[in-house]
Amino acid sequence: MPITRDEVLKIADLARLRFSEEELDGFTAQFQDILDYIERLRQVDVEGVEPTIHVSLPADGAPLMFREDEPRESLPVEEALGNAPDAAAGHFRVPKVL
Amino acid sequence: MTFEPAIGLEVHAQLLTGSKLFCGCSTRFGAPPNSQTCPVCLGLPGALPAINRQAVTMAVKAALALGCRVNPVSVFARKNYFYPDMPRGYQISQFDLPLGEHGSIAVFSGERTDGGKIVNRREKTFGITRLHMEDDAGKSIHDGLPETETKSYVNLNRTGVPLVEIVSAPDFRSSQEAYDFVVHLRKTLLYLGVCDGNMEEGSLRCDANVSVRPKGTAALGTKVEIKNLNSFRFMQRALDYEIERQKRVLSGGGRVVQETRLWDESEGRTFSMRSKEEAHDYRYFPEPDLPPLRLDPEWIAGVAAELPELPGARMKRFMSDYALGADDALLLTSTAATAAYFEECARESANPRAAANWVMGDLARALKNSGGEIEESPVTARELAALIRTIDSGEISGKIAKTVFEEMVRTGEPAVDLIGRMGLRQVSDEASLVAVIDKVIAANPKQLEEYRSGKTRVIAYFVGQVMKETRGQANPRMVNELLERKLAGGST
Ligand SMILES: [Zn+2]
Repeated sequence: MPITRDEVLKIADLARLRFSEEELDGFTAQFQDILDYIERLRQVDVEGVEPTIHVSLPADGAPLMFREDEPRESLPVEEALGNAPDAAAGHFRVPKVL
Repeated sequence: MTFEPAIGLEVHAQLLTGSKLFCGCSTRFGAPPNSQTCPVCLGLPGALPAINRQAVTMAVKAALALGCRVNPVSVFARKNYFYPDMPRGYQISQFDLPLGEHGSIAVFSGERTDGGKIVNRREKTFGITRLHMEDDAGKSIHDGLPETETKSYVNLNRTGVPLVEIVSAPDFRSSQEAYDFVVHLRKTLLYLGVCDGNMEEGSLRCDANVSVRPKGTAALGTKVEIKNLNSFRFMQRALDYEIERQKRVLSGGGRVVQETRLWDESEGRTFSMRSKEEAHDYRYFPEPDLPPLRLDPEWIAGVAAELPELPGARMKRFMSDYALGADDALLLTSTAATAAYFEECARESANPRAAANWVMGDLARALKNSGGEIEESPVTARELAALIRTIDSGEISGKIAKTVFEEMVRTGEPAVDLIGRMGLRQVSDEASLVAVIDKVIAANPKQLEEYRSGKTRVIAYFVGQVMKETRGQANPRMVNELLERKLAGGST
């Protein structure tokens, strides 16, 4: 399955990333390698094999650990906003979005 | 050519947990901005989600109540998008394997006349395609704060609050069907106690997909998504507008563009969102931080067994047990508390019809005036039933009962005490009534003459006079009987 430069551009756009022309060529080639590899994997006969949803778990699955519904203390507002490049009036502040 | 619409709804309902879906932050509404966040819901590197058991239980209840099959294994997935209200850069949702699928609910739905009346209410079944769990985004603020011409503000208190998204099949053929469905859905969630249904605070949010097609064709037309439907009424108006708009486009030989439109209530129309913003490409993949959600079928069966009686079932039971019409049964099951109140009153009074009339009439009016909920009614179901019994036993008339009821609302006193204290007991004693009747007849010879010359309708005048003399306390049935005999010249 060949991938086009336009598709790579679109994916970059969705991820809010911008690349130079050279980088785009490089990523298009790498994407192509990955897709070719996936294409090879697809030839494996997986008839009757349970899909692996989670790679770090055994096939039968460790149970999901539940947390009880008990509110705990949150971060103080100043700390929550501490890493933000811009904050005002108790809010995170960002360039205008609408 | 005539066209018919096909409407589908996507409803987001906030689950009534105390803490968020994947962290312990409180879900309380109205707290100071950004005071309910932590490394997990802020999306700080290395923070790991831990799922809230109560949220899962509530989602399972909702799925079961909507007739869904609850999947023994469902999978969380990342829905990737970039917007400041979702600091992680992805929402944790479910995609390929949602919690519930293939449901349906039966809704009593009607048709709206031009005058706005709902007629022909009958049971219709609408499909529920899926129900999945996800966490909510935060809130962006675009005005009311400094420099909002160039800046937006973000409050992340809501980020991570548990939601279920309920997706209906495109089964609605009118805005009224969509309206009746979403009202029923809200009611169901309230009965289950899994959502407070508050649309103003955003606990229940609704988007619609609308398409129209030539009547009789099977394939759906191009669909338009409508957002910003902040109330059921807005939703209905937006749907009506959009259906007409699409019909006009098609009738004019044009084609409908697939897009997202927003409802503008003040302008009364939908308008297109810039389609550039619409990157409907979320690149879903399984959430690596959460193993699949495995639910023990026995546990699911246990939750199913403990579901309360749901509004649809209760409504049908009311119709058969109490001989109520669909409209009355719908009103009386509007909340679980109303239904419980009515049932207690019907049982205690042994007169369901009267109980229904009082609850829907005088009681509803009194509560509306005071702005109170039926849970805090100054007149308990038992006391209302006692009042109904005094009418049925002939102790007071229906008219006097209205006065007594008003006093009960005002003072909270029991009916029997008030009737005694106010001297309102109905006069059913024949001798005293005859005395009054004789006096009234003697005082009105002209009317008596009219009656005897065949104008028997004048009896109403005499009844009125007797009632006036007895301050409304005469037993009306007896007054009528006695008057007929007397006026006809008979002796008692
Ligand atoms: Zn948190």
